[in-house]
Order: sequence, then C-alpha cells, then structure tokens
Amino acid sequence: MTIDACIAANRFGLGASPGQLAAIGGDPKAWLLGQLNQSRAALIVQPDLASSAQAFRTFLEYTQTRRDEQRMAQSPMPQDMAQDRAEGMRAPLDPTKVARAANLSARAMGQEIEARIIHALITPAPFLERWTLFWSNALTMSAKSLQTTPFPGPYEREAIRPHVLGKFSELLKASALHAGMLIYLDQVRSVGPTAPAALASARRPQRRDLGLNENLAREILELHTVGPDGGYRQSDVTEFARALTGWTVAGPRTRGMGANQELGSVIFVPAMHEPGARTIMGKVFPAAGANQVRDILDWLARQPQTARRLATAIATHFVSDTPPTSLISRLEQAFVRTDGDLAAVARTLVNSPEAWQPKAAKFKTPNDFLLSTLRASGTRSVSAQPLRSTFEQLGQAPWRAPSPKGWPDTADKWASPDAVLKRVDWSNLAADVIGATTSPMAFAENALGASLTPATRTAISRAQDARQGIVLVLMSPEFQRR
Amino acid sequence: MTNRRSFLATGLSGLTLSMLGGTASFAQTGQSPGKFVFVILRGAMDGLAAVVPYNDPAYRGLRGAIALDGPGGPNGVLPLSDGFGLHPALRGLHGLWRDKQMSFMHGAASPYRERSHFDAQDVLETGNATLSSANTGWLNRAIGMLPNQAGKEGIGIGRTLPLVLKGSSKAGTWAPPLAEQSGMDTLNRLMDMYAGDALLGPALAMAIETDKIAGGSAMAITNGGRGGGAYAPLASAAARILTAQGGPAAAVLSLEGWDTHAAQGGAQGQLANRFTQLDSAITALKTGLGPMWATTTVVVATEFGRTARVNGTGGTDHGTGGAAFILGGAVAGGKMLGDWPGLSRLYQDRDVMPVNDLRTLFTTGLTNAWRLDEAAIKARVFSV
Repeated sequence: MTIDACIAANRFGLGASPGQLAAIGGDPKAWLLGQLNQSRAALIVQPDLASSAQAFRTFLEYTQTRRDEQRMAQSPMPQDMAQDRAEGMRAPLDPTKVARAANLSARAMGQEIEARIIHALITPAPFLERWTLFWSNALTMSAKSLQTTPFPGPYEREAIRPHVLGKFSELLKASALHAGMLIYLDQVRSVGPTAPAALASARRPQRRDLGLNENLAREILELHTVGPDGGYRQSDVTEFARALTGWTVAGPRTRGMGANQELGSVIFVPAMHEPGARTIMGKVFPAAGANQVRDILDWLARQPQTARRLATAIATHFVSDTPPTSLISRLEQAFVRTDGDLAAVARTLVNSPEAWQPKAAKFKTPNDFLLSTLRASGTRSVSAQPLRSTFEQLGQAPWRAPSPKGWPDTADKWASPDAVLKRVDWSNLAADVIGATTSPMAFAENALGASLTPATRTAISRAQDARQGIVLVLMSPEFQRR
Repeated sequence: MTNRRSFLATGLSGLTLSMLGGTASFAQTGQSPGKFVFVILRGAMDGLAAVVPYNDPAYRGLRGAIALDGPGGPNGVLPLSDGFGLHPALRGLHGLWRDKQMSFMHGAASPYRERSHFDAQDVLETGNATLSSANTGWLNRAIGMLPNQAGKEGIGIGRTLPLVLKGSSKAGTWAPPLAEQSGMDTLNRLMDMYAGDALLGPALAMAIETDKIAGGSAMAITNGGRGGGAYAPLASAAARILTAQGGPAAAVLSLEGWDTHAAQGGAQGQLANRFTQLDSAITALKTGLGPMWATTTVVVATEFGRTARVNGTGGTDHGTGGAAFILGGAVAGGKMLGDWPGLSRLYQDRDVMPVNDLRTLFTTGLTNAWRLDEAAIKARVFSV
C-alpha cells in the first residue's frame, strides 16, 4: 500500500472505503485514468427521480392550487377562474391533491439528495464523481427560493453529469440553457425591450411591464467563463442579456406567445427575443434567433481567459489553495489544445507531478469530510433527512450554495474556529456508530493507509475509549485534509 | 510589525501625536472602549427602498410599481428628514431615529465602481480604494489601534471569518453549536495533536475559548433556522458575546439575501420581509446589550446600491450608490449624513450617484465607538 494509492483515493477521489487502498494497488494512475473512460458512471439513472419538466409541473400545480384555494375562500367562483376551467386550464380543486403537491417538492429534494449521496458512496469511479461535483459547483444552480427548490437535482443530472467528460462548450450551453439555471438567474422573465412581446404589452391599457434582466448574462461572464478580469464592461453584459432574451421555460407566462410547448420544457420564444446583431467584447454576433446565444457561449468557452480561470479553479480544487503556476499552465494548455476537452484536461491533471505531492494540502470541505467519513465506515445506504441537517449544520447544505459563485474552495473559508468545533462535535456523534463495529486503529489504517502519521497513531493508541479514538482519527490533521 | 508598517506608510505627517491622543483617552479615564458592530447586508440592499426620497420629482417615474407612498397612509413611509422616509417595515429603526440614535447616509458607496457582488464585498471589507489581493479587513486594522487590554478582538457571527475581520489583530467566529458538545478531554487531546498544525491548532484554540463565553445560552438559538430567517437570533448571540466579561470590542453580522432581481415588492413582499428581519435583528441587539447599548455604535452597510429604475421583472439590478445607517446608544443621530445627489441625474444613467464614500461613515463609527482620532484612522485603517 503506497502513499500514491492514498493520494488517488483521498485527493482525487472521495475518500478510501474499507479495502479500497489495497484494491487500487500498485498503479494508482491507471485506476484514475480508467475512470475517465467510464462516462456513464457519472450519470445517476433512477426512474423515480423527476425530470426538470416534471418538477416544474409539480411546482405549478402546487402554486396554482394554493392560489385557487385563496380565491375560493374569497368568493365561490370568480369569473376568471370559471373561464379558466371552461378552457380546461385548471382542474377542479381536490384537497388530497393540494396536500400531495405541497409535499412533493420537499420530498423530491430529499430523494435527490439521497440519490446523490448514495451515488458518491457506491460509485466505481470516485475520481469521476469528484470531477462531476467540481463542475456542478463551478456552474452552481442552488435552491435559493421556493421556485428554485425543485431544480438543482434535475439540473445536475441533466445538464452537468452527461457533459463532464465532453467539451466545455457543450457543458456551458447545457448549463446556461437549462430550465433550472434560467429560473435561478431570472432569465425566464427577461424580455427584449424592443421585442414584439414588449411592444405589444406597452400598447395594452392594462400593461404589464416587460423588460431586460441582466442576471444570467452577468454571472455567465463573471463566474462561468472569462471571469471578472476577463475584459468585459457593463455594455457587454447588457448586450449579452439582450441576446439571451427569448430563452425561457414554457409556463403560464408564455401562453399565447406563439410557443406551443410542453409545460416545463425549455423553449425559445421569438416574440420575447431582442432582434438584431449583438456586439460582445468587440466581437459581432449576427442575428440568429435561438442560435445567437449558442454562438456567444461557444465563443466565450474558447476565450483564453476562460481557459486560464478554469485551469486555476481545477488546480485549486485538486491540489492546493495556492497551486503552482506550472500546473495551472499545463492544465490551461491542455484545455486550449483540445478545444476544451474536459476528459483531456482531467488526464493532464492525473499525469501532473504537482498533483502527487505526498503532503496533503487541501482542507476538506464539509461535503468532503462527511462523504469520506461515510465511505471510510463502509456505509452504502443512507437516509436523507438526518444527513441533510448534518450537512447544513456543518455549513454546506446540499444544493444551497449561498450565491451563484458556488461553495468556496479554500481553507480560509472552511477552517474557522466555529466550523472546526462543529466537526469535533459531529465526530462525537458519528464515533458512537462507527466505534460500535470497528476498532479505531483498523478504521484509521483503512482510511488513511500510508498517510497515517506516527503522531496520530500514538494519539489513537492512547485514547481512553473506542469512541474517543474514532474522534481522534476523524479530526486528525491527515483525515481533515486530502 | 503592523504599527511599524503603518508608520512607514503614513510617513512623517505628524500623526503620531494624534494617535497617542486617541488611544490615551481610554487610559486616562480608565474606561474600556465602547462596542462597535458592523452589519453587512450581503447581496446589495436596494437603498431607494430602504430610505425613500419620496419628494424627489423623479422618484415615482423611476420606481413604477415598487414606489412607496409618502408618510401618512397605511403603507406610507415613516418620516425622516430632508424629504426622506424609511421603509414601513423598519419600525424599530424609526424608533431609534425619533430617539436621535440613528442617522442615515444616501448615495453612499465604497470606491468600487463595477457590479460584481463578490469583488464589491471585498472592497467594502478591505476598506481599500481598489480591488486588490489584499486580505486584511479595515475593522481588523482598527482593532489594532485599541489599547492592549481585554476585549481587543473581534468576533464574526457565522461559520466563516468575514474579510473585514481578517488581519493581524485577534478575531474569531461563532455560530450556533450542534446539540452534542464534545468533552474537554477530547478537545485537549486534539489540541495536542494539532501542536504542529498551523491551520487547525489556532482555530480550535479560539473556538474553545469563544465557546466558553457564549456558553450555556447557546442552546437557545440552535433552532434559529438557516439563511435570512435567523437574523434576530444571530443578533442576540452577538449581544451575549459582546456583554460577556472581557468580551470583544467589535462584532460583525452578515445578513444575506438582498439580491432582489425580480418581484422585490413594495410596502409588502420579498424585500419588505427582509427589512422586517433586519429590523428585528437590530431590536434584538439593543435588547440583548441592555445598558451596554448606551456605549454601542452600529454601522449597517451593503456592497452597492441597486438600479434606480425598476427592471422588467419587478426587481432591481446591480447599481452603485446606496443607503447606509449608523445607529446605537452612543450615536448622536437624527440626521442625514453627507450629500444627497437627487434622482434627476443618475450614475451611468442607471444608478444613484455615489457621492458619499462609505469609509467616511466607517470612520465616524469608529471614532464614535472607540474615540480614536479621525486622522489616525484615515492613516492607519483606510490609507491603502
């Protein structure tokens, strides 16, 4: 059992499970590279998980029944509701349906979390899963409100997982034009100021103001592609926002706008699209309807600033909070040379000597810490509810990143005094369970192998009981890092 | 080291005397400094919704459906001075205004002029003139100017230490604990294990110390919930830590959830709910501090304002000039601070003009709380 096997399992992967270090054996690089040929292992295929369109319809049903309920309380049958019913827009109220709809969103989120955690515990390709979680965080879509809660799970399964070993431009387009992202960053209601829908609305006596929303455009530039120093200005953000108009999710608002699509699917509504060519960072993109924004995203994905930013983020995630420039440059070159082929970039990472420094430099995030603890204890099935609150108390509730920037990736954001004490407290709880079936030393050797230091070994051997021993393993400097 | 560097930075401007003057006053009177609380509203609070220029001729046209009524009506703003009114959900703040314990500043901004939340918060917290890789905060530097005595430190309420508190002065964090408390024996063994660990060693040592201060009362707020819903319990916790024997001189509260791009609402709605929470947090802080409120100064600020015009989705986008507050028992309030640029001319034809530098408000807050010399603060805290 070599130190390289520990690095492969803990730094590249999600933590060693019992017996895994031995299984990785003498060629850890081959173990990692092999995972990059298993793109299907990144997928979570479970028939009981809702698609984003289904999630959207469930949400609509829920809000609509609540609205109907409120109206029913005010008057027996308001005019517009009677009309809606006549048009078959709304089903008659059914109390069991109301209750069911109210629970569905919350239950769906629980199922998604459970599926994602179990996948991380049993996947044959833990490096690929870390790679996937990295991209999901780099292109964050989080549950910031009632409206967005149904989407992060479907978004990650539909937009991220199928593309993590493909071209970055494909990943970017799948992310930016996914229903979850369009709703999360307010794109769904953005309308071109001189688009037909806006002009028609302005003529109506009961006008509903329709206009531009810059949120998605700004975050794609700042957080998903060229970055804040990427050389764009406010006018570029506005131009990009104009190009994005028309992309929305089929729902009550798009009714009668020429879009005859399945509720909850992503559609392009020409009437909402700002007509004309757009100029972004000096580059002109001719009018091309739905394709205009695809052209822009393809172009942004290929900018050198994008390559540099992503290379830095990958190196920071996998190797060090202050990664060596040589590593960043190598990843950047691989990105540029292969036109953003993410599998090639991942292979370059595995083949980089900087990634194999014996001393673990990365402090685990709460997610890393919890997943590696579960893996080390051989857990293969979990119940979402208690785990969810643990993630939350340790500061990283699943799919609830505090902003579109995603979760931070450096120790200064995670190793605050309070956060460290919380980990100790939680380790005490976990140690009860783990200590009942495993001796602290065996647990430590399974999880840390050759990276277990003599000092930690001594501390474990002197523990007053098994429970304390397990806490010392979980909180040891080497288990807290990867 | 910090002192030496600051001296070098300020040169021979004769500031040493005033600095001595500032710090000596505590030594002479034998008093401990007052408390300073910095409340950061993360996500960019809409200044025109908080402090409403209802008399400005351009106001209604710009704000459209989210405009608020003047004082008087059931949904009207609460009257301030100079043609301004406070959002109706900020009742507690208005009480402070009437007691002359609150002043406001409009058209306020850090020197940052782009529109990234993250970069703007960095500039807000470093107190520097530009975005840089600097990683020390202005409040940490200010703490460094306090005399060496108990409480010369800052506490960040939350799981991570905010940038404004980072630097060479002592600073820690506190957040509601898990139900399970680890035994002291285990903690001591871990401390032994962390002897050579520069990250985990100091972190755990400080956590143990802070936990002793917050101690028994911590359990009461474990059920505070997440995100914006828990503002008041966090403020109460801050008050408990500040009032402890030898408690820190400064606390920082980060309240999130102000990025109202869509459907922000008017007198009611999404943003109004946030204001209600902010208001309860300030009230909880005042209640929790008790007699100590009389010597406390609170500054409330955000990374930038929002667009003056309502956008196409009933919200507002990233802007520039915004509103900020200074309040507390130690504040001689009831005033508008700085200038008001009016709404007839907008910054880049979209935002409230940034005519007032937030750092002047921070300076006022620090002089107020700790009686530090203004010139010395400028030189040692905001000179970069």
